[in-house]
Amino acid sequence: MKRFADLFLTLDQTTSTSARVAALATYFATAPEPDRLWTIALLSGRRPKRTVTTTQLRTWAAERAGIPLWLFEESYPIVGDLAETIALILPPPGATTDHSLSHWIDSIRALAPLPEDDRKAAILDAWDSLTPPQRFVFNKLITGGFRMGVSQKLMTRALSRATGIDEAELAHRLMGDWTPDSHSFASLVTAPDPTANLSRPYPFCLAYGLETPPEDLGPPEDWAAEWKWDGIRGQLILRAGEHFLWSRGEELITHSYPEFARAADFLPDGTVIDGELVAWTDGAPLPFNALQKRIGRKSVSAKLLREAPVVLLAYDLLEEGGQDIRALPLEDRTARLRRLIAPLPADAPLRLPPAIAFTDWAELHALRDTSRDNAAEGLMLKRRAAPYREGRRKGDWWKWKIDPLTIDAVMIYAQQGHGRRANLFTDFTFAVRDGDALVPFTKAYSGLTDAEFNKITAWVRQNTLQRFGPVRQVKPHHVFEIAFEGIQESSRHKSGVALRFPRMSRWRHDKPASEANTLDDLKDMLRTYG
Amino acid sequence: MADPLLTFTDEGIYCPQGDFHIDPWRPVDRALITHGHADHARPGHQSYLATHAAAPVMRHRLGDIRLETIGYGEARVQNGVSVSFHPAGHVPGSAQIRVEHRGEVWVVSGDYKVVNDGLSEPFESLRCHAFISECTFGLPVFKWQPQDEIARQINGWWAENAASGKTTILGAYALGKAQRLLCMLDPAIGPILTHGAVENTNVVLRGQGITLPDTTLVTPDLKRGNHPGAIVLAPPSALGTPWARKFGPASDGLASGWMALRGIRRRRAADRGFVVSDHADWEGLNSAIRNTGAERIFVTHGYTEIFRRWLEEQGYDARIVQTAYEGEAADPAEAPE
Ligand SMILES: [Zn+2]
Ligand SMILES: [Zn+2]
Repeated sequence: MKRFADLFLTLDQTTSTSARVAALATYFATAPEPDRLWTIALLSGRRPKRTVTTTQLRTWAAERAGIPLWLFEESYPIVGDLAETIALILPPPGATTDHSLSHWIDSIRALAPLPEDDRKAAILDAWDSLTPPQRFVFNKLITGGFRMGVSQKLMTRALSRATGIDEAELAHRLMGDWTPDSHSFASLVTAPDPTANLSRPYPFCLAYGLETPPEDLGPPEDWAAEWKWDGIRGQLILRAGEHFLWSRGEELITHSYPEFARAADFLPDGTVIDGELVAWTDGAPLPFNALQKRIGRKSVSAKLLREAPVVLLAYDLLEEGGQDIRALPLEDRTARLRRLIAPLPADAPLRLPPAIAFTDWAELHALRDTSRDNAAEGLMLKRRAAPYREGRRKGDWWKWKIDPLTIDAVMIYAQQGHGRRANLFTDFTFAVRDGDALVPFTKAYSGLTDAEFNKITAWVRQNTLQRFGPVRQVKPHHVFEIAFEGIQESSRHKSGVALRFPRMSRWRHDKPASEANTLDDLKDMLRTYG
Repeated sequence: MADPLLTFTDEGIYCPQGDFHIDPWRPVDRALITHGHADHARPGHQSYLATHAAAPVMRHRLGDIRLETIGYGEARVQNGVSVSFHPAGHVPGSAQIRVEHRGEVWVVSGDYKVVNDGLSEPFESLRCHAFISECTFGLPVFKWQPQDEIARQINGWWAENAASGKTTILGAYALGKAQRLLCMLDPAIGPILTHGAVENTNVVLRGQGITLPDTTLVTPDLKRGNHPGAIVLAPPSALGTPWARKFGPASDGLASGWMALRGIRRRRAADRGFVVSDHADWEGLNSAIRNTGAERIFVTHGYTEIFRRWLEEQGYDARIVQTAYEGEAADPAEAPE
């Protein structure tokens, strides 16, 4: 564990990307193979099954530290991280030992069948034999959420440096539903069997937001345009008679969308399609909250299937006849895609999104202005000659979103953030005016600078009217412009509306609370854009 | 019923019987000052009383004030109230103020730490009936490591940077913390440079006979290339500024009790965070309070509500005093310690 905890400290102690990659590459080149495999697993969001609840951890830690549980619970939000709070609160360890990362993970997993008393004894023993940084890591192994400030991309780069394997190829090898039990380091990374992992998706190609006018992109004929749908990015895989559906977050979501069981009736084996999952009826998308009802369900009722049927708006073809065709130009890939999808009957769960034809940029500007009428968030621009690349990179794919909707609202509640934002007030509830009353209608967490968060934190501390646990009611004084992408009716909210992607776009120092927008303004927006 | 010996007014802590204030934040006639930090020693009072050792910094900060000084342990009697100043171990010259009237003793802690930092006069434990205690780090997650261990970490980091051709920039509060760090550094590693804000305090402290290692002030015409392997001591606000970038390849770090929390460390985005505080940690606060023998505890700056509840459960009559001290500043790494 020392080696892994040292890696963690090194990654934590530097803000330089190259130093992080170097530290990780050294680790991948020198750690025992099972530890390498687990490190890849942890850094890509996989973790050992939880065998101890967080409630148990809190109770045992408070007991071991000799403090009442309430004091632990009060300390936790200030630290902002459970694993860290426990590591800080425990008394210094006794004699420490050094076992490997995999040893500790195995010992955590071995707790599953044991009675609670034995689990407690094992955890207390572990805490007592680990140094504080190792304890933190150990607790993280149990609670999950191991980020270490390393993206999958950075990890892949380090692994590429340590193994000499091409980065794009590695990114592909690390995709899919492997676990450290199903694979060894060799079978995952250095010598994979290409037929062993039927469900393995390709890394998604991701776009950056366009920051300059599209005119800067060069001749319009080099570019293809599509609507940018407000759905879930998905990759549909048909191989060896089976089908798999992946979300962009590398989650296998096949069972939430039974519509695609029929895909094999329509499409040949060895086909992989990239597209957008949207709830769709009568030739048009339903609002996002219809799709929202389908997200994360293990089984779907017939009623829900009728109310919110889902289709894949197919916009790219990555594999055809079992061949990886990502290196072909977009134009070729979409031509092949069209040949596949166009003949499908109307009840097939796949659609070709409507084509957008334009000859000059001015025309495209005008089309973009109609995005909301087309239930889209704007346009996607893709270079016709570009291959399908892996990950987020600049140059070939761009999001060209429409300007958000905005409303001026009064801050009424504040709550402290977590992690990097612990000890700062960053989570706020906003209200619109309704006569003399204030009606809360949304929460927002992002959009302010660090300096602004510092300022508002100081203000909240001095202007708290009441506390409800971690939430503080504050004087209704500050007005913020809230930007959002969409507005929908909602019976779950007091205000009757739900916003899509709300964030603070501006601190309206110039506006008193008495000039914030009203509930009627909000309802007008619902009528116009809902 | 007679007034309590010390009361809490809009101006600050007040002794009606002796007619004086302690660390008041609004202008008063007679102010007893625990130490020279800006949230305790404010401008505008008619007269000041502080320790001999705290006086030079106060004069430096507040200019031409009417300041009387007193030695540690020396008593002054005014209208039957005896006051004396006792080391608080916080920064050089810092004091707890003991107030006694007809056998009743109250102590105002000011800011304090119970461990000896080798620079400040070591904390003296006082018996009293009522203790007004700060609790900046009054949570059980705050536990300081021994100073030797921190010194080893900082010198190790500095030596590593020096070996790889990087300048080391260490951010710390300019009054007290920076000088304490100065005394922890190993001058064999390389030269020690200082930011003007830090050097100003160095000059004052050296002027009153305190020995500090040799330092070189960073001036606009200083040839930075002539100081390979240097460490630069600067206030936290100087980190990441054009001033700091002029040193070329560098590694920066912050020294503060708040660096105990990973979230704050990451938010500050310095390369390293060293947990060094001039306040008492959880154990320090608890032992200091225990050792006073006091039954009544008033808590100020910090996690007052939580700490008060904890003390009450330990059997104390514990209350919160609302003050204008800056224990819970929005950006804790910038807060005076
Ligand atoms: Zn203070
Ligand atoms: Zn102070």
